[in-house]
Amino acid sequence: MSPTADWVLLDGVLAVLAVWLIVGVAGIASLRRFRFVARVLFPLGGLFGLLLGGLSLAAVAGTPEVAVLPIGLPGLPFHLRLDSLSAFFLMVLGFVAAGVSTFAAGYFRKGEGTPPGLLCLEYHIFLASMVMVLLADDAYAFMVMWETMALSSYFLVTANHRIREVRSAGYLYLVVAHIGAIAILLCFGVLQANTGVYTFANMRAQTLTPFWGTAAFLLALLGFGAKAGLLPLHVWLPEAHPAAPSPVSALMSAVMLKMAAYGMLRVAFDLLQARLWWWGALLLALGLATALFGVVFASVQTDMKRLLAYSSIENMGLLFAGIGLALTFSAYGMTPMAALALTATLYHVASHAFFKSLLFLGTGSVLHATGERNLGRLGGLIRTMPWLAWITLVGVLASAGLPPLGGFVSEWLLLQSFLFTPGLPNPLLNMLIPVVAALIALVAALAGYTMVKFFGVVFLGQPREDKLAKARDAGRWERAGMLWLAAGCIALGLLPVQFVALIDPVTRQLVGVGLGNAAQGGGWLLAPNGIERASYGPVIFLLGVAASFAFAFLIVRRFYHGRLRRAPAWDCGYRWQTARMQDTAEGFGQPIRQIFEPFFVMTRELPTPFDTQPRYRVTVADHFWGWIYLPVVALAERIARLFGLLQQGRIAIYLLYSFLTLVVTLLAVKR
Amino acid sequence: MTLASFLSQLLEIVVALALAPLLTGWVSQWRAWLQNKSAPSLLQPYRLLHKLFNKESVLAEHASPLFRGAPYIVFGCMTLACAIVPTLSTDLPLSPAADAIALVGLFALARVFISLAAMDIGTAFGTLGARREMLIGFLAEPALLIVLFSASLISKSTSLTTIVDTLGHRELMVYPGLALAAVAFTMVALAENARVPVDNPATHLELTMIHEALILEYSGRHLALIEWAASLKLFAYACIGLALFFPWGVAEAGEPLVMLLALPALVAKLAVGGAGLAVLETLSAKMRIFRVPEYLATAFLLAVIGMLVHILLAA
Repeated sequence: MSPTADWVLLDGVLAVLAVWLIVGVAGIASLRRFRFVARVLFPLGGLFGLLLGGLSLAAVAGTPEVAVLPIGLPGLPFHLRLDSLSAFFLMVLGFVAAGVSTFAAGYFRKGEGTPPGLLCLEYHIFLASMVMVLLADDAYAFMVMWETMALSSYFLVTANHRIREVRSAGYLYLVVAHIGAIAILLCFGVLQANTGVYTFANMRAQTLTPFWGTAAFLLALLGFGAKAGLLPLHVWLPEAHPAAPSPVSALMSAVMLKMAAYGMLRVAFDLLQARLWWWGALLLALGLATALFGVVFASVQTDMKRLLAYSSIENMGLLFAGIGLALTFSAYGMTPMAALALTATLYHVASHAFFKSLLFLGTGSVLHATGERNLGRLGGLIRTMPWLAWITLVGVLASAGLPPLGGFVSEWLLLQSFLFTPGLPNPLLNMLIPVVAALIALVAALAGYTMVKFFGVVFLGQPREDKLAKARDAGRWERAGMLWLAAGCIALGLLPVQFVALIDPVTRQLVGVGLGNAAQGGGWLLAPNGIERASYGPVIFLLGVAASFAFAFLIVRRFYHGRLRRAPAWDCGYRWQTARMQDTAEGFGQPIRQIFEPFFVMTRELPTPFDTQPRYRVTVADHFWGWIYLPVVALAERIARLFGLLQQGRIAIYLLYSFLTLVVTLLAVKR
Repeated sequence: MTLASFLSQLLEIVVALALAPLLTGWVSQWRAWLQNKSAPSLLQPYRLLHKLFNKESVLAEHASPLFRGAPYIVFGCMTLACAIVPTLSTDLPLSPAADAIALVGLFALARVFISLAAMDIGTAFGTLGARREMLIGFLAEPALLIVLFSASLISKSTSLTTIVDTLGHRELMVYPGLALAAVAFTMVALAENARVPVDNPATHLELTMIHEALILEYSGRHLALIEWAASLKLFAYACIGLALFFPWGVAEAGEPLVMLLALPALVAKLAVGGAGLAVLETLSAKMRIFRVPEYLATAFLLAVIGMLVHILLAA
């Protein structure tokens, strides 16, 4: 795969980038013309997102294209490279952005925090910076764009900056993002191995000693782990995602988190030449812990966007576990299995991007229609907002990992790659990895629990508040954007063979081997290791269920009848049933709180029997605040106090400081 | 796909649809005998289905289309499950569409839909049932997967037909890991099919109900479909258990005539299994709902230990 001279597709990608920047600037130029920004600029951006997706789709299977852009500092041009790995992530970015931008056209309202024109600029800079992160082929361009991405998303998160929680969430996000960025910078410093040349091409050519290789890997893990929300650097995620406007939460969760997975893959499989097996084991353990933590916390949340944010932590954990497994296989030279694990991971990248953006957009529509994010005040929206409910149901089923949708395929592939492990030459891993598969199954099942809670409490049952009866369904733009994403979820579920074939060049680039022909049975069966071993045919699956559905329906109508009578709900004959008697979000989380009690810091308010205004409340918090963050904050504060001792407030003392500094400096200079 | 394999697939579905209520009736008959009660007729489930199909469906005023569609979806899922589990023959055209993992996914799909439907009406019992059903589901699902993984590790395949072929026809060996898996599978099957230590299919005490609370608002044909689907689920689980632990007597060739010879073997195995289920149910008492996680965690651990034993012995 030698770089070729004709870089047509890369040109196209850069053109999309330019259009996005122009759209952004046009947004800031027409700050007050709300309708123009919303109805023209955002859809235009979405259209070019579609174009980007199409271009990258063509680029995945193509040869790598390189270019040098003479921008930035003198002597430090941006090196760009469009290869299969970056094209795959660009494709996800483009297609998801198309849906989210269309939704955003109908979403942003006048008079909410940052004006839409400015948001339009920040939003498109955010998109463009992610494209550049994926294209970057030297550490300099990568870091500049990585920081642009962090900063533009910071401004988007704090769009509603008049609310105090939003500002503090943004601050936390910025701090963690910068800790991560420092680690990535250091990682690149190690990777260039004292050559002083920071292009990725140079890094690929270096062979590091195991010590420095490990150092680079651990720094990359810290840096990209902070962006992905791996334990224990996850705390910013459930704060920042709910604070942002829904289209921004959707982009952050669906695409920006994937940049971390991209960076990890780029460093571990492309830039580092030698790999050690325990790196993979470490990633696997960390990813699994994150996934379990995320899903357990998701199931006890009472705020819909926080619930989804924790679910994103879970999914990022699964992705990193998949990368870890692939890394272990690849370190032992078992490349076909590494290819299978990587395929599962990349598949999950795409399916999570689609279903999570869909769900976040759904919460946005609910928020606008009802003004509520609290699950305890929602309910019954399937009757007032049928469009939204049915579209969201697609995302819910995909997120719960149910066949025949996209989430299931990646879970299936991942479990298949775990079942391969008994071939590993390491007995310890052989024993442990099937247990890991068991835990992954537990995580997937818990995700189903969480999603039933999410959908059931928001859309089903009776409205818990009177105002919900007047909720208006999602508008045309919102509906169109969400339908596109839902179609993506369905396509990913029903066409796994075609999609796995698409991923093939990416795994070829990373581990040298693809899955080859995964199609069996006339292209309808996904069988990555032969039909004898395992196969899955979602279309046949769906047709089987649909056929028996239709058969049952027709038989019942033909031989019996279709009579139906509407009556009040029966509820065992209890007549005074109210909406308050339904299970709440807290109630639905109760079994989880009981089973996974050690995971939580729980505070319960249990009133006495004589309390005239009793309040029952359970709050659930995270152990990591107490274990890591608060001690670090306390330490920083103590150090700051020590410095505070210098500040005496008397001019004589300050003059003394100046004098001492002068003396010390003179001594230092003289020597 | 040849005509013969198509016919064998059709025969398998028809046999499942026809025999499933009979199995339910057989189990309740044995239960009644063991508990010194006069037993209902073996055909009672068929009569019940017929009666329910004839009745008018009474639907809650604010029920959404999801509520009306769910029984059909659940029924469709269970029919497909019965179609892909090799009961009579291992040559089934539908079988490659879903392996063991997809089968577990199929059960999960049905569970999610019935739970969502129960939440749709918004009654206290419905949501309570949904929560409990999902609780049991998320604990039982991993255990079931691990049991299936143990069998997959032996046959190096997650395809159910290959598993049955390997266990029943090629390698006649005793696997100690599978014994533990069998215990775990029995525990999971009891929980998933709302059987006694976890739930009581004959209960009418609202506060202890799980499965019955879920379907409280259904009536008429919808209820009939759900009852039939529940029978099919029991049938499918029984067949999975037989396929994994007693795979002998399943036809290898896809000839419908050979399958007819496999039919008596299946009926005999199911009859013994059903009677065993009734004995288990009679000997145990229903446990409190908060003990269920412990019970299922035990099943999960047994399954994991079974798998580890297999890996240790294989190494």
